Order: sequence, then C-alpha cells, then structure tokens
Amino acid sequence: MKILSILILVCMVFPAYADDDSSSGDDNQITAVDNKQYLNECGSCHFAYQPSLLPIRSWKKLMLQLADHFGDNAELAAEEQKQLTDYLVANSADLSPDKFAKKLLQGLAKDETPLRITIIPYFVHEHDKIPKKAIGDNPEVKSLSYCNKCHTGAETGNYSENSIKIPGYERLNDDNSSH
Amino acid sequence: MKINSEFIFVSTLLLSSSVYATEAVDELLEEYQQVLQSEQEEVSFTAEAGEILWFQEFADEKSGKIRQCTTCHTDDLRNEAKHTRTGKLIKPMAPSVNEERLTEIKNIRKWLKRNCKWTLGRECSAQEKGDVLTFIQAQ
Repeated sequence: MKILSILILVCMVFPAYADDDSSSGDDNQITAVDNKQYLNECGSCHFAYQPSLLPIRSWKKLMLQLADHFGDNAELAAEEQKQLTDYLVANSADLSPDKFAKKLLQGLAKDETPLRITIIPYFVHEHDKIPKKAIGDNPEVKSLSYCNKCHTGAETGNYSENSIKIPGYERLNDDNSSH
Repeated sequence: MKINSEFIFVSTLLLSSSVYATEAVDELLEEYQQVLQSEQEEVSFTAEAGEILWFQEFADEKSGKIRQCTTCHTDDLRNEAKHTRTGKLIKPMAPSVNEERLTEIKNIRKWLKRNCKWTLGRECSAQEKGDVLTFIQAQ
C-alpha cells in the first residue's frame, strides 16, 4: 500500500519535465514552410523558422536590418527582400490560423517587438523546465535557437512533445525522475 | 611527332584549366574587367592572388575576432563545412566536387557581397572579386 502511494506520488510530481498543460497534437502543429524562396534564401544559413512564430512587427523590423542579422550579413536584393517580407507578414503569428500562434501572441506585450523567437514569453514558458545541461551546456544542441536539433518534426511544423529527442541526452527523462 | 605530343599536352592543359569555367563566372569577370579598365591599363585576375585573399586574416571591428574565408569554408574548398554561427552545413565550394557552384550569377553576386562585408568589413573591389572567383574556379 505504501509502495503504491509512493508510486502514485512519483507519477504526479514528475510528468516529465515538460510544461504542465496537456499537449494536444494539433496545438503543437504549425503551418509548415512551403515557400521555396524562403527555404533557399533564409534556410541556407539557418533553420527556416516558420513565419507564424513571430508577429508582423517583428518580421518587418528584422527584414529591414539584414545587413546586421544577429552579427551576420544577410543582405538581399531589394526585390527579394520585399517578396520575402510579404511572405513572412502574410503568414505571421498575427495572421496565421495556427493555435500555437495565438498562444505566442497572448503573453506578448503589444509594444514589444521581439526579434528572437526565444525571448517570447510563451516560448520561454514552454522551455523553462529543461535543464541547462540538456541545451546550453549540451555540445550537440548549444542553443534553443536550433529548433530542429530536438524537435525532430520541426521542418514540417510538428512541435509536439512526443517528437522531441534531445541529442546526446536520451536519458534525460530518467535522470530527472530519479531525483 | 614531338610537336604533336606538345600540342596535345598544351591543349590538355588548356582544357583542364577551363573545365569548371561557367558562363556566370565569364560574365562576372568581364564585368569586373570593364570596371578596372577604366582605372588602369592592365587587368588580370589570378588564382594566386585569390588564394592569398582566401587565407587573409581580418579583425572584426566589433569583436576583434579574426575572420577569414576559411572561418566557414575551411582550408580545403573541397570540404563540406559548417556555418560558424548556426552550424548549418555548407556544401563544398570547389566546382570539381560540387558542380552547382559558380553556376548562378545572382547567387555569386549575393554571396560575394554578404561574405566580403562579413569577412573584410567592406565590399570587395572588382580586382578582389575577380581574383577570388578565379581561385575558386580552379579548385
């Protein structure tokens, strides 16, 4: 009896280390990138973040400062810059039908224009229980900016929890629940 | 007979050195040449000068860190490489192992502009661009 109650307690206390809200597949599925130009131009240097991960104001600001794109020069010809901005705006969090996009916008102050997805409150909340050793201190991941390192379905817009696999850290769940 | 074999040797040389020539590069080299011809008498682009530029070290104004072409592309252009910040795979630069290289004029312009600004802190001159293209072409 005692053992049983301890077991129940353990199960209640350690629902892995993910967030507390129950994850429904649909909520964590966002519209995939289907724009070849975007995949080519932006995706040649980094993971092609889905446009619904930032609001219109962020995309506009970011696309106007490509000469210093987080320390890199990512300048585009004027025409391409406009075409890509149009794509990003049309599919931004503000205009996207994705439930996920609405959650992203909910916690974000209207006068804030984040240029990094990783500082959006909802994003921070979703990742704040992951130990440092799994991401920042994990040489195979390094940063939360590399979505597709752990979200194996990131390219197709699938951010559901059951598709997460942290490289070099398979036993993370086990480590966590043994404390 | 001797003349013949010499002839064959020379033509093979010529052929092998032009294997990776592309219309895109030809067009760009001509463009750079025209720019330079208005300023100087003799214009020539060499792989040697391009190689020197490829390995030259530049200190980034903000961070003070050394930047060079090899920071992302590695010493051997036939290698696959990784973007120094994002870790994204960069396919080999050498046309001998990656036939897609130097085929699209728009692409070449874009990357020369971006990467010169990142590496040297300024746009490259017509001479530098001509030399470095000639160097890459020979890989």
